[in-house]
Amino acid sequence: MELKTLTYLVVGASFALYIGIAIWSRAGSTRDFYVAGGGVHPIANGMATAADWMSAASFISMAGMIAFMGYGGSVFLMGWTGGFVILALLLAPYLRKYGKFTVPEFIGDRFYSRTARVVAVICLIICSVTYVIGQMKGIGVAFSRFLEVDYGTGLLVGMCIVFFYAVLGGMKGITYTQIAQFCVLIMAYTIPAIFISLQLTANPIPQLGLGSTLTGSDTYLLDKLDLIVQDLGFHEYTTDFRLSGLNMFAYTASLMIGTAGLPHVIIRFFTVPKVRDARSSAGWALLFIAILYTTAPAVAGMARLNLMQTIEPTAGEYLVYEERPQWFRNWEKTGLLEFEDKNGDGRIQYNADPAVNEMVTIDNDIMVLANPEIAQLPNWVIALVAAGGLAAALSTAAGLLLAIASAISHDLLKGMIRPNISERSELRASRLAMAAAIIGAGYLGFNPPGFAAGTVALAFGLAASSIFPALMMGIFSSRVSKEGAVAGMVAGIGVTLCYVFQHMGIMFIPSTAFLGDMSPNWFLGIEPNAFGAVGALVNFAVALLVSRFTAPPPASVRELVEHIRVPAGASAAQDH
Amino acid sequence: MPRLSADQARAYWRRNLNLMAKLLLIWFVVSFGCGILFVEQLNQIQIGGYKLGFWFAQQGSIYVFVLLIFYYSRRMAALDREFGVEEN
Repeated sequence: MELKTLTYLVVGASFALYIGIAIWSRAGSTRDFYVAGGGVHPIANGMATAADWMSAASFISMAGMIAFMGYGGSVFLMGWTGGFVILALLLAPYLRKYGKFTVPEFIGDRFYSRTARVVAVICLIICSVTYVIGQMKGIGVAFSRFLEVDYGTGLLVGMCIVFFYAVLGGMKGITYTQIAQFCVLIMAYTIPAIFISLQLTANPIPQLGLGSTLTGSDTYLLDKLDLIVQDLGFHEYTTDFRLSGLNMFAYTASLMIGTAGLPHVIIRFFTVPKVRDARSSAGWALLFIAILYTTAPAVAGMARLNLMQTIEPTAGEYLVYEERPQWFRNWEKTGLLEFEDKNGDGRIQYNADPAVNEMVTIDNDIMVLANPEIAQLPNWVIALVAAGGLAAALSTAAGLLLAIASAISHDLLKGMIRPNISERSELRASRLAMAAAIIGAGYLGFNPPGFAAGTVALAFGLAASSIFPALMMGIFSSRVSKEGAVAGMVAGIGVTLCYVFQHMGIMFIPSTAFLGDMSPNWFLGIEPNAFGAVGALVNFAVALLVSRFTAPPPASVRELVEHIRVPAGASAAQDH
Repeated sequence: MPRLSADQARAYWRRNLNLMAKLLLIWFVVSFGCGILFVEQLNQIQIGGYKLGFWFAQQGSIYVFVLLIFYYSRRMAALDREFGVEEN
């Protein structure tokens, strides 16, 4: 069957499945809508968390980033998995014990302050919207390729589908749909990886294949890759630092802390029945995530090798442009891959030196989607990858939109403005909030501040600098006061936002970068994407300092802190 | 549900913090330690086609993370039983 028809068929079938599940398990109450009734099994919850977590950034973008960054790309691998350890040890069990619907609710109660709750809502909205922009970039790339249109049109189609899909279901629908999405996306990721690993190294397990010798030779795959990229003037693949050791340290820390501070992931642990389940559920989630995350470096290394060998089949002999393969032509239509014949020899010269490099645009985000085509895998595998990429983007976008919607309708509207609002009006308000968030993020997604994974990294930095420190201090200290928490959150996210916006533009609109991109002047050489770690330190320092000079929390708060530290007596997530 | 005395609650919390501290140390060593700070030294050692530091950064740290969480979950379940604070 022709590739295009096959892709429509596979993507269509997977969508029919998700929408079917969403309708079948439609949320009837706010409790269903926000926390799926609080009764999801830890393994099922782990799988749904994994789908929620692994977004377009993980599926579409990450391996592409690693393919071009080499060792430096490790920040994504360690950062986005290591955060689950902090989450499982430091936050999830206690927040589950506390047993409310949303993150700002906990912050508002623990810091006995409506101001703290409002500040938390604002921080939450800023990071979630940034995160959704990153997803929109991924969705735009996937749809533009799949429908063979330009990026903007692809994005618009994607927005419509996310809108329909997220607004309908709520958490209950999302949980069950996400389990289906996890299965689709993990198959779509591992099957091509197994094929490619077999082709290159004869080892069916990609994690081992990356460390094996190439078929029919004694050369290790990674050694060969190091050699080829160095020949073209790039840095050695396996030792290519991302700017500096310090920057990589900060980048990894920022992603880890951000993971533990992102509301749509934390909310997940409110949906399990017991505290014990919150601990193990994080383990299951990470296990399912690790399947993709340990495959990604293999996909990255092998894709880079295949790409290099396609463009330069024999050393010094570049591919003739007119003989370029079909995948090259397809991606040229999206504008994400561009060739410019600088020296007029009709060959595609690929080099680290921008003056002679003729691959003028290779958007990193196309690598995973193009990978099976570059490796000449059968058409059904290529179709499956398209379906997997869309599943990843949709599931995360839906989870994030839910977090935004619950913050606006539950924390702001019901918690502050109209406490007597009926359940039905609250549901309607949260659906409206979702719609507004999709339109806003989609609009900003037309000019994304970077590759999907880079944009998403910014969202993590913002979460790391605001929400995580407040939660952690709320649990581990009974001394931190409301003034301390509010000052800490404002200072942390303020510092991070200033740093990011001055380099990348206000809300990432490039023309508003008031100090321009001044990478030579970066603070200690730390790039904006990695600055959340510094923001988190500022948050902790300010909160602890201010708390020293303000009145200690009342006795009821100290009791609350004692209460959440011990599992017994945790009730199901409840109305109040 | 029997309530813990203040002393018991403190003891439970201290045991929890101790366990956490040990596991977080391992967490730090395999990722920031082996994957970033000492990556160049570890890269001198080669296992199969992998330089060891590179392996920790892109594979090994992730496997350890998964084990850490399940270990913590098991040990805490045992601690809950010991103090009689497990949920029914």
